[in-house]
Amino acid sequence: MNSIEKLKKMFTRGEAFVWLTGSAMGLCLVLVFGLIFVIVINGMGMFWPHQVTEFKLKEGPVYVGIHTRSEVVKDEQGGKLERYQVKVGNRESGADFMWMDVPKVEAKAIPKDVIVLERFEYGDFIGYVSGFQQDGVLVPGADAKALLAEKLPQAQEAFKKVSHIQRGEMENIATKVNKLKLRKDKLAKATSDKSQEIAKLDAQLAVLLAENNKHSARILDLNKDPARYGLVVKSADGVERVVPMPNIVRYYYPNDMSFFQKTGHYGAKVWEFLFAEPRESNTEGGVYPAIFGTVLMTLLMSVAVTPFGVLTAFYLGEYAKDGIFLKLVRIAVNNLAGVPSIVFGVFGLGFLVYGVGGGIDRLFYSDILPTPTFGTGGLIWASLTLALLTLPVVIVATEESIAAVPRGVKEGSLAMGASKFQTILKVVLPASVPGIMTGVILAIARGAGEVAPLMITGVAKMATELPLDGNAPYFHPERKIMHLGFHIYDVGFQSPNIEASKPMVFTTALLLLVIVLALNIVAIVIRDHVKKKYRTGAF
Amino acid sequence: MSNESLIAKTKNVMPEETKKRVESEVQMKSLKTSIAETPEGTYATCIDIKKLNLYYGTKQALYDISLTIPRHQVTAFIGPSGCGKSTLLRCLNRMNDLVDNVRIDGEVLIDSKNIYNPELDVINLRKNIGMVFQKSNPFPKSIYENVAYGLRIAGITNKKILDEVVESSLKGAALWEEAKDRLNDSALGLSGGQQQRLCIARAIAIKPEVILMDEPASALDPIATGKIEELILQLKDRYTIVIVTHNMQQAARISDLTAFFYLGKLIEYDKTRTIFMNPTIKQTEDYVTGRFG
Repeated sequence: MNSIEKLKKMFTRGEAFVWLTGSAMGLCLVLVFGLIFVIVINGMGMFWPHQVTEFKLKEGPVYVGIHTRSEVVKDEQGGKLERYQVKVGNRESGADFMWMDVPKVEAKAIPKDVIVLERFEYGDFIGYVSGFQQDGVLVPGADAKALLAEKLPQAQEAFKKVSHIQRGEMENIATKVNKLKLRKDKLAKATSDKSQEIAKLDAQLAVLLAENNKHSARILDLNKDPARYGLVVKSADGVERVVPMPNIVRYYYPNDMSFFQKTGHYGAKVWEFLFAEPRESNTEGGVYPAIFGTVLMTLLMSVAVTPFGVLTAFYLGEYAKDGIFLKLVRIAVNNLAGVPSIVFGVFGLGFLVYGVGGGIDRLFYSDILPTPTFGTGGLIWASLTLALLTLPVVIVATEESIAAVPRGVKEGSLAMGASKFQTILKVVLPASVPGIMTGVILAIARGAGEVAPLMITGVAKMATELPLDGNAPYFHPERKIMHLGFHIYDVGFQSPNIEASKPMVFTTALLLLVIVLALNIVAIVIRDHVKKKYRTGAF
Repeated sequence: MSNESLIAKTKNVMPEETKKRVESEVQMKSLKTSIAETPEGTYATCIDIKKLNLYYGTKQALYDISLTIPRHQVTAFIGPSGCGKSTLLRCLNRMNDLVDNVRIDGEVLIDSKNIYNPELDVINLRKNIGMVFQKSNPFPKSIYENVAYGLRIAGITNKKILDEVVESSLKGAALWEEAKDRLNDSALGLSGGQQQRLCIARAIAIKPEVILMDEPASALDPIATGKIEELILQLKDRYTIVIVTHNMQQAARISDLTAFFYLGKLIEYDKTRTIFMNPTIKQTEDYVTGRFG
């Protein structure tokens, strides 16, 4: 009885409620920090040059590899068995990763001279240097390492030049050639005699072709020198093989590096991750096109959604007459926010891509149909689909900020002889800009992380041609883009080499978080700036 | 027949209820003439309200108000909350148009023009009538931009004119000395009293004929109130001022004429001195002496 009264008293005083609310908040914090912690820990470690261990098994075979994790499983008798997961690399001769039962390991060693080669094909090689091949002649031993250090930068230099030529001049020529060919096709179809003009086009084509051949020759020439060299390596099982110089991305001796060397390596890898293109079906290399695509798409989305949402909200908040229609519109807008995003994707595909895009193609690009230009997924459609998806957020935030402008201030303006339009433009809009910005920030946060609708409206697994480049007309809204969210899905769940791509998943997730955060910070800074401006300054 | 004898006569023959009503009706009719015929001379009429009825939906808020407001005088509307004095004030610059479901009949003549004429441009009307609200409502802009607002929306961009008007208006509102060094600071940084004077400066910047004040000092402390009252007395020379107030001392201090409203009806309208010292109607006397309301 007494304790019941005590409980009652506690309940009426609300102490229990304080605890309840406090622990709910605590749980939220734990979940959020847990999420960030897991992603950061898993994501940050990817580029660190891990120590390579040599495992000698009792049965005889020797493996060198990176010990990635341990786990305890049940053995055949039902007892406990510890085993290591080891990344042995050398994908061409078997699996990248292997499991090793701990009782079978006879000895472990850390050989100083073990080398890790990052290659354009077959992933990493882990083993030892046994020689250097120069024009088919073998240079053995220590000289090989010196030669590798000397020749690799030259090969990389040549590779850079080649890709520069391919990306720049040759792509330029290719677009020009395509255009000329289209014109030629048109002329050929014409009823009147156009042979003179066709001849002119042919002459231009020939010039371009000659130019193209010149570039091709130069590329062949650039590739010739690195192809003369190759590194002879020996894997742990004693098999020797030659890795041609153009196939090497980078090499390092992980067991013979100082802390600073490791840090430098880490920095170089992070740089590559941020600013290079993906390799090996996205599991290696960088994610630059995905970063570019994500940011550009989000910005384009904000540019599209802001005026649209703000104007709608102003109509709803200032002009529309209260009534059943307005209520229905409000309900519809709020429900729009609850529609699953893939539904927006389907709408984007059906209406924007096939409807609007297909229409544009029929009107302006009919000569290259059935090959679609706008009538297939692309940056512009992905952005517009997301704009539609985030529209309710902007409308609701704007309407709320309009409603928060004091009635007295609006009346003050009207009493001065301002029209309603002037009042909205000069008093209500400036006062609600911070609220509008809050809506845009929320829209960015929602839009940048969305994946499902993008998969069908313009995001591709691999799209290294950026929508902004040096080829006229410089902005290509019809191009497909890469997106970090989709990249995570693709690398993590569509890749043939799941173990190898796992760190990539976390690193990309971390990067996506950082980018969303950065976009938000930029928007918040702009909002605070605007707030200050409209509070104190003249406009 | 003089007013007094008319009232005396009706008092004697009518039942109590009817007597009261007739009393006020007769009073209103006679009051208008009596104000116009003061010993100091005649007042020029500025605003003439004729048989104004106002309805919010089906609810009537003002009953058959007729009132003339003289030029370059301070006229105070007093009465308990909900008596319609603010509503009447807002009829004078058609601010009630902004409220849904309002219906008005009757006429309001300002300078002999009916402002409820459907052909009249409300925006031009409001440019001619300044308004100061109960709660100071400076725009979230600089002090300078607040005062220049009326000119800017009228399309004036000449910096020299704007500068001159801002200075003269702020001087006119007795705010220049306090604000001249911070014209570009936010108006929201001013104190309550300063904000209210800024609103007055904003109103006089467009050089209106009439200034309507809706309890301009009710949210201010006594010192700020004193400054506003002083300002009102100065502005009287150039503007016709109509002020709604809850504060009877204030009405007594600053107004020349006072109208007392009760439940949407005009009960008594006379010179302020008469209303406070020697009101004709019992209700007025009860109200001004604090016995009710």
